[in-house]
Amino acid sequence: MLKNTGIITSEELKPVLPPQNRLEKGPVAIIECLQDIPCDPCVSACPVKAIQMQSGITDRPQLDFETCTGCGACVPKCPGLAIFIVNMKHNVPGKALLSMSYELLPVPAKDQEVDALDRTGKFVCKAKVARVINPPAYDRTAVVTIEVPADRINDIRSIKV
Amino acid sequence: MSRNTEIFVIGGGPAGLSAAIVASQLGARTLLVDDSARLGGQLIKQTHRFFGSSNRDAGIRGITIAEMLCKEVKDASDRLTVLENTAAVGFYANKEAGILSQDAYERVSYQAAIVCTGATENSLTFENNDLPGIYGAGGVQTLMNVHGIKPGRKILMVGSGNIGLIVSYQLLQAGVEVVGLVEGMPTIGGYLVHASKIRRLGVPIYTSHTILKALGETGVEGAVLCRVDERFQPVPNTELMIECDCICLAVGLTPLIDLFQQAQCRMVHVGELGGLVPLHDSAMRTTNPDVFVAGDASGIEEATTAMLGGRIAGARAFESIHGKSPKAEAIVEEAREELRTLRSGSTGERIRWGRERVLKEVGAC
Repeated sequence: MLKNTGIITSEELKPVLPPQNRLEKGPVAIIECLQDIPCDPCVSACPVKAIQMQSGITDRPQLDFETCTGCGACVPKCPGLAIFIVNMKHNVPGKALLSMSYELLPVPAKDQEVDALDRTGKFVCKAKVARVINPPAYDRTAVVTIEVPADRINDIRSIKV
Repeated sequence: MSRNTEIFVIGGGPAGLSAAIVASQLGARTLLVDDSARLGGQLIKQTHRFFGSSNRDAGIRGITIAEMLCKEVKDASDRLTVLENTAAVGFYANKEAGILSQDAYERVSYQAAIVCTGATENSLTFENNDLPGIYGAGGVQTLMNVHGIKPGRKILMVGSGNIGLIVSYQLLQAGVEVVGLVEGMPTIGGYLVHASKIRRLGVPIYTSHTILKALGETGVEGAVLCRVDERFQPVPNTELMIECDCICLAVGLTPLIDLFQQAQCRMVHVGELGGLVPLHDSAMRTTNPDVFVAGDASGIEEATTAMLGGRIAGARAFESIHGKSPKAEAIVEEAREELRTLRSGSTGERIRWGRERVLKEVGAC
């Protein structure tokens, strides 16, 4: 269980995963925030109001998968670094794109090869960096997108440069 | 030499800065003293983004919040005097206090004092816990984020509250290996997103474990952990040796309360708030009517709530001198509403209990 180990189990992950038909349409966010903590920057970060908190700031964020465009504006705003963007509609067969916040140095460069790690920090595979966004407005939280095997999209959650 | 002020704020952390800013903006002559060289308290080492409401400071790094507060202090400088490297050393009768800077002792005559002394770190009892290389998490953060010094190469973290989790993350950012995080409880104490963040960078989290002893002769060379049962007793034959050169203790904080005791404020022990705290009402006024409290000294919480408590104390202290003010009332109302929201939900439960107990005891006075 997440609360004992810090590792989200596949069972715990289910409610925040977009349905298959939404995944096929292109980029969408996965918000891995499973605890009622007082925090809401993701709500105001979303330009299309796809993130809601029903009963106030300590509620968990609810993402409307259909409204979400996968733009990634929420990713660097999350203080818990808990938001990921998955893009299953990638033009390389068998591959998908995964975007995440990255706050370690060095920040990788586009096309660099990095280690893709799972939720326990274990090596999964080598992955190519497809994009790095790190503007001043992100205040030193880079958003790194890597190309990963499509069938490992829910396992990979970190990188080692 | 002696100084004269309307409001005397002790402590330049998030609570004290907020109290001094509000009091001086409302129009009170205010003196703020802080015993360190740089204003901001713990904020100056908090490089992570804050949680909370985006109406306030959520998503902003603590170090940036410190800069924002310091700018407000500067803007209020016609009414607000700041003395750094200056400690408040005692309360005397007739609304007087003593302050000690590096080269001078002075008396301060005030009308209302707001004491925001913060907290001190707890330690933990285990064999060899006095070896060089064993630090409190606050000390590690100061070394690393204020002075740019790595405390070690391989660190073992003890305590899974938000401080333990966040400092572990900051150590990883500084390029220090975190060999593990130990927690006596079966569940992680801090926010789970912080735990996942360090877990996916490869840090093992040992819940239901404790540290039995530190190894080494002249410095830390390792630690022995073991599993604990539901009554926190070591389970035999579960010992685990971990190699490390540094052990970081993040096992809670205790309010710093000496000045309240000297000011003859009534104290109450509330476990949920970290121990003994001065009794205070919803205006943050203690049982000594000239002394207000805010921040961790009023109960261990975090910086955002400390700032809001400071704003309430600043506004009410102003009113205690100048009488009712609609502007002060509006500040208090706004801060109260934000506090209510921040403390709602399951993670705010313990704080709510603790604060209710303080208010109930005050009512009984």
